[in-house]
Amino acid sequence: MTSALGLPLRRPSVLPGFGLALGFTLVYLGLVVLVPLAALVLKTAGLGWAGFWALATDPRTLSALRLSFGTALAAAAINLVFGLLVAWVLVRYDFPGRRLVDAMIDLPFALPTAVAGIALASLYAPNGPIGALAAMAGLRIAFTPLGIVVALTFVSLPFVVRTIQPVLEEIDRELEEAAATLGAGRLATLRRVILPTLVPAMLTGFALALARAVGEYGSVIFIAGNIPYVSEIAPLLIVIRLEEFHYQAATALACDMLAVSFALLLAINLVQAWSRGRFGHV
Amino acid sequence: MSDVALAAGGAVRPVTTETRAVRRALVAAAVVFLALFLVLPLAAVFAEAFRAGLAGYLAAIREPDALAAIRLTLLVAAIACPANLVFGLAAAWAVAKFEFRGKSLLVTLIDLPFSISPVISGLVYVLLFGAQGLLGPWLKAHGIEIIFAVPGIVLATIFVTLPFVARELIPLMQEQGSGDEEAALSLGAGGWKVFFLVTLPNVKWALLYGVLLCNARAMGEFGAVSVVSGHIRSLTNTMPLQVEILYNEYNFAAAFAVASLLAGLALVTLVLKSVLEWRYGHALSAAGRH
Amino acid sequence: MQIRIQNLRKDFAATAALRDVSLEVRSGELIALLGPSGSGKTTLLRLIAGLERPTHGRIFFGEEDASSLSVQERNVGFVFQHYALFRHMSVLDNIGFGLRVRPRARRPSRNAIRARALELLDLVQLSGLEERFPSQLSGGQRQRVALARALAIEPRVLLLDEPFGALDAKVRKDLRRWLRDIHDRTGHTTVFVTHDQDEALELADRVVVMSNGRIDQVGTADEIYEQPASPAVFSFIGESSVLPVQVKRGWIYLDDRALDLRVDCPDGPAELYLRPHDIDVVESHAGAIPGIVSAVRRQGGIRRLELETGARRTRVEVAIPADQTRSFAGRVSLRPRRWRVYPLNGGGLQSGGDQAGA
Repeated sequence: MTSALGLPLRRPSVLPGFGLALGFTLVYLGLVVLVPLAALVLKTAGLGWAGFWALATDPRTLSALRLSFGTALAAAAINLVFGLLVAWVLVRYDFPGRRLVDAMIDLPFALPTAVAGIALASLYAPNGPIGALAAMAGLRIAFTPLGIVVALTFVSLPFVVRTIQPVLEEIDRELEEAAATLGAGRLATLRRVILPTLVPAMLTGFALALARAVGEYGSVIFIAGNIPYVSEIAPLLIVIRLEEFHYQAATALACDMLAVSFALLLAINLVQAWSRGRFGHV
Repeated sequence: MSDVALAAGGAVRPVTTETRAVRRALVAAAVVFLALFLVLPLAAVFAEAFRAGLAGYLAAIREPDALAAIRLTLLVAAIACPANLVFGLAAAWAVAKFEFRGKSLLVTLIDLPFSISPVISGLVYVLLFGAQGLLGPWLKAHGIEIIFAVPGIVLATIFVTLPFVARELIPLMQEQGSGDEEAALSLGAGGWKVFFLVTLPNVKWALLYGVLLCNARAMGEFGAVSVVSGHIRSLTNTMPLQVEILYNEYNFAAAFAVASLLAGLALVTLVLKSVLEWRYGHALSAAGRH
Repeated sequence: MQIRIQNLRKDFAATAALRDVSLEVRSGELIALLGPSGSGKTTLLRLIAGLERPTHGRIFFGEEDASSLSVQERNVGFVFQHYALFRHMSVLDNIGFGLRVRPRARRPSRNAIRARALELLDLVQLSGLEERFPSQLSGGQRQRVALARALAIEPRVLLLDEPFGALDAKVRKDLRRWLRDIHDRTGHTTVFVTHDQDEALELADRVVVMSNGRIDQVGTADEIYEQPASPAVFSFIGESSVLPVQVKRGWIYLDDRALDLRVDCPDGPAELYLRPHDIDVVESHAGAIPGIVSAVRRQGGIRRLELETGARRTRVEVAIPADQTRSFAGRVSLRPRRWRVYPLNGGGLQSGGDQAGA
């Protein structure tokens, strides 16, 4: 098969079914994902630039975006630190229940977000077990941005662990031995040899966690309290605008968020390409 | 004796690990963090669900609206999973067995639903099929209901679970290459025979793994479904939506009872996933596992 | 720096990787630890480096007891089989690593580290590649960088674990010569591990042959080859054929036939070890070893005969110059020029002879 330009569209292969498989894939993907997304773009385009700008920079919208980003960044940062710790402990140390802990890491992937949401809300509400403890310390978690950070930390927890874990498993012990024979103490070896090797995986995990946390809805709305300008996240504002039948506002906000998602996706791909180019593999 | 000096030296740890105290402290920190963030919420679900006793629990689950929600959830998963399974197989066959232009773009597009907020996944269908949507007037004229009806819920669920099977299969089939299929062809097998007798057995565990994750998400999806459902009791409420309604009505015991079913599903999923990883880890793609 | 190893023992769980090994490595010597896998050679090297702790025994660097020093304190240059280069660092940063991690008081200035690294890069003939990353180097180049990195810390001893094991044959040969050259110029006491006897015999001043966690023999290439201390060494080094024989009053018997080979060893069953090129094919006579030729193969400059000898039809190989054109078929007679006899149950006793029958 050759295109009009003479460039091969695909390399010849003896295997059959290319046309059928690719055709089905494209049609399915188009109908389920691309056409609906195009509807979003069309609707946004219908707003006009001025209309879009007014909606996209509405104070309540901006406040929601700021909150979504701020809390997502905080959650991703918490998971970066603890995800590294958990991955390290799981890969390097043997302790009773290690496999169980390893399996539990994926709980946030498997547990429906609404379930996580009401569970966290009941724990961190002022009359819940943790919420009561925090209240004694004068700290309110539920119905504040702090509660949102808790929920987002929960849902994005597996990303950092699961991206660092395989890289850590592959690190050759010889590298650490080499550093030791060259006189590096354990701390210097960790800081100068192991940590730099993990940086691409840490960045990727961080970005994945951030992307997930920014768009998260179900687990947040129960614990957040949803007070406009205080604890109202962007995805919730989309839902509110929809319920008000204010489709333009919902569309504009969705566009803002999509742009961010794509930027993060691009960042992840760039990190991986950079890491491949420099170190030979991710 | 020659090893007097070694009395101290013999206990020295290998150079590639930390002192016992550091190891214990790190393990403790990790376990406490996970207990606080993972185990406690899970325990809370079951504790709250059984607060009203077993009788109250059973009554909450046998409630007609709850049963309707369970039925709808099963129906949605029963449509979304097979659909995405077929899609995953077709996409993996095209991507892994052939070289063509635009392949990496295609792979990125397949992963796209993972990077989109579930609320937006629902929104796009509202914008397409809703009353004010692009196709809204036409649908209304023909009496077809998608938004605030079951088809919308199914579509939104398919959207958010679309990548699961494909992303398990693509890296695995790329690792496996086309050698087996070419051998089968050379021995005279036809295209479909090759697929069912050679390719499918090679990827069956990864396929199962993908379907398992797809199913968990399909049954548990909340944001996307919430936007397109309209929350009509007994008609368009899936289990997660039912949980929300009950919770917002301050009917906590019932909300947690339904939630506990979903949490049970999550635990079963985790167990099966772990079993697959331990027993058939070699048959799953290293790149696709998570 | 002299290395003295005293009664070293290392157990991993229930198995002994090293049993009571003692060895002295002279200052400036290039020594090879040679043995099959599982012989304990790598364990011994790692014990010297301090990467493992001995179960029992001591290690001295010169007069200093290094047994209780940590690997960091031992100041050894260790070159790993798979190089273990830090892939996120440039070649120059890899070489300078050992200097950069020194405590502030002993750390050279940034410029001094750079200068030293460049100097070493020159020594290993890789000038101009300082900004490359390990993934951009060939296997041979990586091994050179690994050596330069080990030399940068001015090690007391240089230890290499299968340094050429991961390289292809051509690069191996070049690097072998080059390592010898570097050793002669820098004069470091060097111990390297190898399972390749050619490598050990060609490169090392002395070879330590190991098996089953023990040292079988220590000696120069000539000593190891000419006077193998045990059947294990004889059969591990070079090619060999083994004939089951009897010793009676100082004479060797194959089946019931007296060979004109005399030994100084007690009566009883024994094994006669022969090398293919130390056997002549001769006119049939009373004291010769009779054999039946089963195959003849031409191999480069030699001709290789495969024979069956004795009642048990034991296989013996003979290598003769290819220009001997007489036909070798059917029954022939063999006379070994060099050979060794090891009593089967004679403990450590062994005997042998050169030019037997003369």
